[in-house]
Amino acid sequence: MLINPSSPHSDDGWLARNIVDPSLKDSAPIVLETKQLHVYYGDNEAIHEGDLKFPEHRISALIGPSGSGKSTYLRSLNRMNDGVARVTGEILYRGVDVNRPEIDVYEMRRRIGMVFQRPNPFSKSIYDNITFALKRRGVTDKQTLDEAVETSLKQAALWDEVKDQLKKSALALSGGQQQRLCIARALAVKPDILLLDEPASALDPVSTSKLEETLLQLKNDYTIIIVTHNMQQAARISDYTAFFNMGRVLEYDETSQIFTSPQVQLTNNYVAGDFG
Amino acid sequence: MNPKLSNRVAITVLYVIASTIVVILAALLGYIIISGLPALSWHFLTSPARAFTSGGGIGIQLFNSFYLLILTMLISFPIALGAGIYLNEYAKQNWVTSLVRTSIEILSSLPSVVVGLFGFLIFVVQFGFGFSILSGAFALTFFNLPLLTRSIEEALAAVPDEQREGGLALGLSKWETVLHVIVPAALPTILTGVILSAGRIFGEAAALIFTAGQSAPALNFTDWNPFNISSPLNPMRPAETLAVHIWKINSEGIMPDAKAISSGASAVLVISVLGFNLLARFVGHRLFKRLTAG
Repeated sequence: MLINPSSPHSDDGWLARNIVDPSLKDSAPIVLETKQLHVYYGDNEAIHEGDLKFPEHRISALIGPSGSGKSTYLRSLNRMNDGVARVTGEILYRGVDVNRPEIDVYEMRRRIGMVFQRPNPFSKSIYDNITFALKRRGVTDKQTLDEAVETSLKQAALWDEVKDQLKKSALALSGGQQQRLCIARALAVKPDILLLDEPASALDPVSTSKLEETLLQLKNDYTIIIVTHNMQQAARISDYTAFFNMGRVLEYDETSQIFTSPQVQLTNNYVAGDFG
Repeated sequence: MNPKLSNRVAITVLYVIASTIVVILAALLGYIIISGLPALSWHFLTSPARAFTSGGGIGIQLFNSFYLLILTMLISFPIALGAGIYLNEYAKQNWVTSLVRTSIEILSSLPSVVVGLFGFLIFVVQFGFGFSILSGAFALTFFNLPLLTRSIEEALAAVPDEQREGGLALGLSKWETVLHVIVPAALPTILTGVILSAGRIFGEAAALIFTAGQSAPALNFTDWNPFNISSPLNPMRPAETLAVHIWKINSEGIMPDAKAISSGASAVLVISVLGFNLLARFVGHRLFKRLTAG
């Protein structure tokens, strides 16, 4: 274990790693797994040994206080930290370590899609937002593109609201609609895993609950990993929850376990709202 | 002085300063346009200049100004776009990029007459382009490049990073993201910068006196073969522009109606530049609206 002696929080004995391996109780195969994942910003170690396993077609939530490293961890999974931070360790996607230089990072990101904190539709029409990546991949058949738009918008529960205005600029949509459009855009390239980085933090409660419904639907076809600082959200939608603190995964278990009988005192304090 | 009073004083002073600027501009524009308006006519705008007799026009000079503007933009826009993309999207913050940025700043503060003399030595004499539209266009490129690069860089910088991440997260390469997401998103601002710099180019005189020359040979507007010497499109012919023409009339014009022609030409120049500015606002606004709603 890499210990930074200058840091007062480096390894206080009681921060025992208590990672319950969900695959033990879950029959679903592991789609994504990290081993010995360390993330460094310069000399500063942001993630110390993040070891997690994500089972297929489940929603896993990453919770923890601000600066705990949950977003950094998430962004490392599809290598969005390339060029920003140094990531060491293994990221096993269906058994293949994608954290290697020879991996085709563009292809990998198509399999592991991402939705961000602030809705970021391109300044193009709704239709073009969704078909953009497909067109760049060389899909030109109009019917294929039309179908992709309809399918992904339906999956993101946005189809009924926008089906008559597909040519309209995506920037004219409301924040909640924009975020669901971003999900649809990510789904259009047929990913396997969907990473969401606090996707509801810029949305109002109505849009948020709509987004959560959407995610629960998507769970049937996709593996979802979501960073959230909203504990109720994690409790409502996720099957597994990982608690991050000071760049460490302190606890990872079934969500009901984390919220009812956490093994680590700090987790208990956090989910009880004592800090964060 | 109590806070309320000092605030009032500050606001009053700022109002006075702001209105002074507006009054100066309005007076200047008003004077130039009003004194030039009587000279304006279709004949004035289309017929060639006359050296010794009255009744000449500015047709060739007007054409030269636009042609030079287009040529300059054709040369400088791709370079500025490339430089802007490099500086904002790819360059790391190190001594190389800070050298590039400093160079751009120094280049933009060079007096245009120096740029003109430099262009004369390099393009007119050394490269043997002679007094020609091409020499003028290259000199104006030097003059235009720094500001255009800076404005494109700023336009790109104004596009939120979320857009870049959005492209990358879809499995696109950085270049695809820049080309198909970032540049289109920055297009309204880029276009505004281009049009504004067009206004500057259009009114530039000092850099052109020694490069594009001070003579406007007769053009045959039925001959569009760029290789013919009398063709308007020939880039190797000397080409006095509107701004140079105004300077020349006022320094050595001997036609009887020199004053009227100078006033008329100034009005045309000012109206054109004003037009570029309004066009910039209009196009930028329209594009922005089309991209954000519609």
